[in-house]
Amino acid sequence: MSMDDAKLIFAQECEELLVEMEDALLELETSPQDPELINALFRAMHTIKGAAGVFGFDAIVEFTHPIETEVDLFRSGQRAIDAQIVSCLIEAKDHTSKLVDLVINQNTSTPSESLLAQGADIIKRLSHDVNNAVDDSQPKTHLSLASQAIESMLRHDTEEDDDQNVGNHWMISLQFGQESLRAGLDPISFIQYLKKLGDIIEIITVSPKMPSFADMDFEDCYLGFRIAFKSDATKQEIEDVFEFARDDCRIRILPSKSKVEDYLQLLEHLPENDSTRLGELLIQVGALTQSELTQALHIQSASAQEKTNQPASPLGEVIVEQRLAERPVVEQALKQQKVAREQARHIRVDSEKLGQLINLVGELVISSASMKVIVEKHTISEADEVVAGVEHLVEEIRNHALQLRMVQIGDTFSRFRRVVRDVSKDLNKKIDLTISGGESELDKTVVEKINDPLTHLIRNSLDHGIETPDVRLMAGKPETGVLSLNAYHDSGHIVIEVKDDGAGLDPDKIRAKAEAIGLVEADQVLSKSEILRLIFEPGLSTKPQASSLSGRGVGMDVVRRNIESLRGNVELDSELGIGTTITIQLPLTLAIIDGFMVGAGSEDYVIPLSMVEECVEMDSEEWSFDHSRDYINLRNEVMPFLRLKDFFGQQPESKKAKRESLVVVRFGRIKAGFVVDRLYGEQQTVIKPLGKIFEHLQGVSGATVLGSGEIALILDVQGLVQVASQRARGHKKQLANQASLSSLN
Amino acid sequence: MGIEVEQKDNNCQIKIDGELTIYVANEFKQTLSPYLESFEKLELDLASVTEIDSAGLQFLMALKKLASKSQHREVRFTNHSQAVVDVFELLNLSARFDDPIMLAAEKRK
Repeated sequence: MSMDDAKLIFAQECEELLVEMEDALLELETSPQDPELINALFRAMHTIKGAAGVFGFDAIVEFTHPIETEVDLFRSGQRAIDAQIVSCLIEAKDHTSKLVDLVINQNTSTPSESLLAQGADIIKRLSHDVNNAVDDSQPKTHLSLASQAIESMLRHDTEEDDDQNVGNHWMISLQFGQESLRAGLDPISFIQYLKKLGDIIEIITVSPKMPSFADMDFEDCYLGFRIAFKSDATKQEIEDVFEFARDDCRIRILPSKSKVEDYLQLLEHLPENDSTRLGELLIQVGALTQSELTQALHIQSASAQEKTNQPASPLGEVIVEQRLAERPVVEQALKQQKVAREQARHIRVDSEKLGQLINLVGELVISSASMKVIVEKHTISEADEVVAGVEHLVEEIRNHALQLRMVQIGDTFSRFRRVVRDVSKDLNKKIDLTISGGESELDKTVVEKINDPLTHLIRNSLDHGIETPDVRLMAGKPETGVLSLNAYHDSGHIVIEVKDDGAGLDPDKIRAKAEAIGLVEADQVLSKSEILRLIFEPGLSTKPQASSLSGRGVGMDVVRRNIESLRGNVELDSELGIGTTITIQLPLTLAIIDGFMVGAGSEDYVIPLSMVEECVEMDSEEWSFDHSRDYINLRNEVMPFLRLKDFFGQQPESKKAKRESLVVVRFGRIKAGFVVDRLYGEQQTVIKPLGKIFEHLQGVSGATVLGSGEIALILDVQGLVQVASQRARGHKKQLANQASLSSLN
Repeated sequence: MGIEVEQKDNNCQIKIDGELTIYVANEFKQTLSPYLESFEKLELDLASVTEIDSAGLQFLMALKKLASKSQHREVRFTNHSQAVVDVFELLNLSARFDDPIMLAAEKRK
């Protein structure tokens, strides 16, 4: 691995950790006591510091080290976190990412003076805060550090005398087997030996199963002991005392509470990739001894044999049940194990390599289709089955390959937490961000491209949409505005909703503005949704002056163009005074789709299968259509339609095709029909972008290579649907005009 | 060496001399069992016990249990030897047996 590769991994890791840290910080604002969150902070700083140290990025180490130290104070509970500290830590996080950026992108590890000063300032404020707090809680700061240490040691000692359950205390439970005495194992001598390791604070001798004197065989052993033991020895050392008795004797060594905490800490700091087995993890920190593990494994397999049809109980359960180790310790170990496993499960792959793979899969799809065509042409019946098998496999490969590039949209969503937080602070607004459907997946390339438009929409909502608290209160709304991000899958698309409960858009204002810039005529009849859609036209902004947030020249028209370049669609719905909902529809992937192939005239076309609703015969009784108005009525549902042949300007054929079919497509809420001559059916379609010359071609979003080697155009359903509706409206207007003219006459 | 039993009415006076260990415990039991049906008071003199192990300890515990079963019986250990005291102290049993431990003056340091 070259240095650059390693650096890249470092940068990636830092980014992930910093995102994690930011999430934790933002959540800390609402639940400042959550130890998990503080741990996440610590982990981020600690890991970045460590990694930076390995690479020799001293500036990062110098900055993150004191931060880590401070965070550790929060973690150990010496200092509570408040809003001010969170802000400070957010600054620290930003600063760290600046430093990381510096070494990665600008290849210099010496930050500028101002950056250094900035870092020092953050550290100073953070540690200053802490010192103040220490002042408050401990008035004895004038004591030297050494005397403080001694004092705390003394305090610790006296506490130990008071409380049996602190420090290096152990609970040892011994139950000797009945045969122990005959085997020459005398419990008394073991306890005498144990005494050499430490102090027996309390011992209780038990013999619950001992029979009466008359029935007693004194060569049997019925003795058991419960011992409170104070010793600095490790669990293993204590267990070794009873080594000879191990076979006959049940020994449990339980740590005191503080010992449990030690284990928890040790577990947390365990190098993560060392071991992924629970038992080994526990042994590593000393919470479990090797023989205890063997015992637990034995019990586990024995109980599994007893109930053959049930899965064996997990090792962790067995260990806790047998009281070999404490539940919290086992749980922490399990958590650690999960982390280690997850790291083992995930591998980082260069996204370029994935892209290559997907391209190859695309070629494979085409080759497989052409093979099928040849086999059918020559009617090689023996090969039919093989072809079907290959086709099936190729489809599977295609799905899996595409799945590799799928990422959850949740990460993109949670990045906006920070945006919302910062913006609401800047604007003195109170805004909650709610996120749902973050687990919806879509292609990474789509996710990357959706980020900018989404940011713009969200900033718009925050800036223009949601009002300031006093305005909201006057309007009778709760003081805190809600911005919600929602994602869900709908017929091969992902739908992203950006919704706010703000002021909403005023259609009259938009109309006035649109008329002012000559976008619409004063007498043009427009529905409300048409007016709202005008907001996506260039040059239209209802806000008189641009604020620092939005209105930087990137208008809603750019948003629409970005989304449409992804073969997506954006819609807007708004109620004045109630709020605005923007709905973005995007295809899940930009590479390969399931297509539905049709033929019109001499050409073949592919319609994305996910958009096809149904196919109807043209001479069917189910529907009627009106040529003059380009509307059809299918089972009482009225929709516009297009003749693909006419639309693409093909030469009209001399004789009419025998049978035409209507393909009903749906895009979002709009339905439309395409009239075609032939239906071929489903077809895996590799989307090949058209060259630049065809960029502005209407109604076509790409092309694909068919098995026969010919090219079929992929229809841009959304564009066509719009054309169809416009045409239909145009007819309507003509008719209306005619009607008004005739009435005048 | 061994165990001596003297019975006066329902009073049992027992004295153990030498070791009270796994090697002799069952033998002592045989010796004692005829007396154990009917005693009211049993006094065990431990002054000459030179060695006691876990079996011996169980022996004492079992004897003590005889008393706790019925109200009008009493089992007392007297004149604990140093060996006995050591074990009692190690295992924190003095309180449990609840007999005044009186050490012979010359054995006490």
